[in-house]
Amino acid sequence: MTLAAERLSFGYPGRTIGRDVSLIVKPGEAVALLGPNGGGKTTLLKTMLGLLSLHDGQVLLEGRPLSAMSVAERARLIGYVPQAHAGAFAFAVRDVVLMGRTAHQGLFAGASAADRAVAETMLAELGVGHLAGQPYTQISGGERQLVLIARALAQEPRYVVLDEPTASLDFGNQGKVMRRIKDLTGRGLGVLFTTHDPNQALRHADRVALLGSGRLLIDGVPGEVLIEERLKALYGADVETVQGADCRQRAFLPV
Amino acid sequence: MSEAAAPAPAGTGAVRFVSGLGLATLLLLAGIMLAFSVGRFPVSLADLGLALWSRLVGQPSGLAPAAEAVIFNIRGPRVIAAILCGAALAVAGAAFQGLFRNPLVSPDILGASSGAALGAVIGIYFSLGIFGIQSLAFAGGLLAVALVYLIGSAVRSGDAVLVLVLTGVVIGSLLGAGVGLMKYLADPYNQLPAMTFWLLGSLSGTDRSDLLPLFGPVLAGTLVLFALRWRMNVMSLPEEEARSLGLATGRLRIAIVAAATLVTAASVAAAGVIGWVGLIVPHLARFIVGPDFGRLIPTAAIMGGGYLLLIDTLARSAAQVEIPLGILTAVIGTPFFIWLLVNARKSWT
Repeated sequence: MTLAAERLSFGYPGRTIGRDVSLIVKPGEAVALLGPNGGGKTTLLKTMLGLLSLHDGQVLLEGRPLSAMSVAERARLIGYVPQAHAGAFAFAVRDVVLMGRTAHQGLFAGASAADRAVAETMLAELGVGHLAGQPYTQISGGERQLVLIARALAQEPRYVVLDEPTASLDFGNQGKVMRRIKDLTGRGLGVLFTTHDPNQALRHADRVALLGSGRLLIDGVPGEVLIEERLKALYGADVETVQGADCRQRAFLPV
Repeated sequence: MSEAAAPAPAGTGAVRFVSGLGLATLLLLAGIMLAFSVGRFPVSLADLGLALWSRLVGQPSGLAPAAEAVIFNIRGPRVIAAILCGAALAVAGAAFQGLFRNPLVSPDILGASSGAALGAVIGIYFSLGIFGIQSLAFAGGLLAVALVYLIGSAVRSGDAVLVLVLTGVVIGSLLGAGVGLMKYLADPYNQLPAMTFWLLGSLSGTDRSDLLPLFGPVLAGTLVLFALRWRMNVMSLPEEEARSLGLATGRLRIAIVAAATLVTAASVAAAGVIGWVGLIVPHLARFIVGPDFGRLIPTAAIMGGGYLLLIDTLARSAAQVEIPLGILTAVIGTPFFIWLLVNARKSWT
């Protein structure tokens, strides 16, 4: 039971961005997708969500081709957390999370008491229960990201896919949000996220996949995959490694 | 007070909704009373109640026949038509604003009004009766939006919503050119004034036979939109998010556009082109009850009905001659909208 890309070619209509990518996300594990701008991370993510049609190969969700499922079926299995945005209308935070229940409701149905309970639970579990009544447009970027994660959890999916979950967050919020994301694996969820920061992958991911120029370069345990030479080649830039005194922790700095 | 900073309790939204809806309903009722009591033949609340009651129980009311005629054949139908048109435009405006994720959209964004306008001026040009003119206007509105939708869906590049809006703008201006051509060709002493007057919006000729063709589509479209209220909330998210939450956005968009166009076309066919109502009233309603469509649609409908009824009462009583509705809604709408922009911006951005 996995979310798997098999020899996937992906891109936009008339323009292939990546080829021959195979990647597996298992329940209970966090996979980081790392690579330079324009390397195809977001495009791969959207193809694995079924938001973009694939060019070749296939995406299998629990063994079934994604293309054979309805959008509602997909939404009950994969939750998507986009980059946090302000939104056009001032929905209450509670209502934003309730939208995560869409795929569990009939066409004309509203939110049931059970739906509301799920939404409140998810908000509370992500530590933003106190924001429930506030307008989504007026909370901070870090809070928005947590609310969007709560919305994805309200879908009660088996996998959660996040597009640069910490991109616009301040230093403190980056850690806070990443810890919450790591917690998701404890619930048995499979997590796939893109990031610009190798240190995030090193610290929070169970596996890391490097994507450069539309190719999957390597896929493995972060401690082994993430070394200075590979990062230099991946980003085409100089990278410095900082070792902790006990040699167990390391971090990378762009030079 | 420190209380003010505390998070809003769970019931606040519902309280806002009930009080907002209640206030809007009270204003509508006051508007109805005012509309009946203003005019060359004022009808008091007591007379109105008496006339309605006597109809209900089938007894003679004892009122002068002229008073009954005013209530049932002249002012009554006009009051109902004003409420229906205002409600229709406000509901359609709210729907389109959500669909296009833009609070500055109005119901004619996809060409419903320009199509209806062209249909109507063609009807006037060929000297059709009022029924023919209204039917052509209604059909013109529906056809214009269908055309925009077909072209927009055929263009398979970029953002579907953006392509739709741009197609609407282009087709709308083409239809505007068609209206210009018909006006240019029209008989300047007879047809041209009729076209001009129609294009500015008026309910002056409304009688009982106009109500059913207006009521049917407005009710049907509004019910569809209300039934889809929960999905419409999700549709106001970016396209990819709505799909990732499990919505088949393509089909749903067609349903919403069709329903909103139906109510818009019916309103334009009955009353001509009346701008601003569909832009301002949804704003005001959202300001009061928030963006949730389950609350927004009923509130916007009642507020829109009350607003246009007030405008129409003003239109027929403020001057010796009828003032076109489109002019009044613009004169009142512009400063109001600027006030909203200055004062209420935080509530929807």
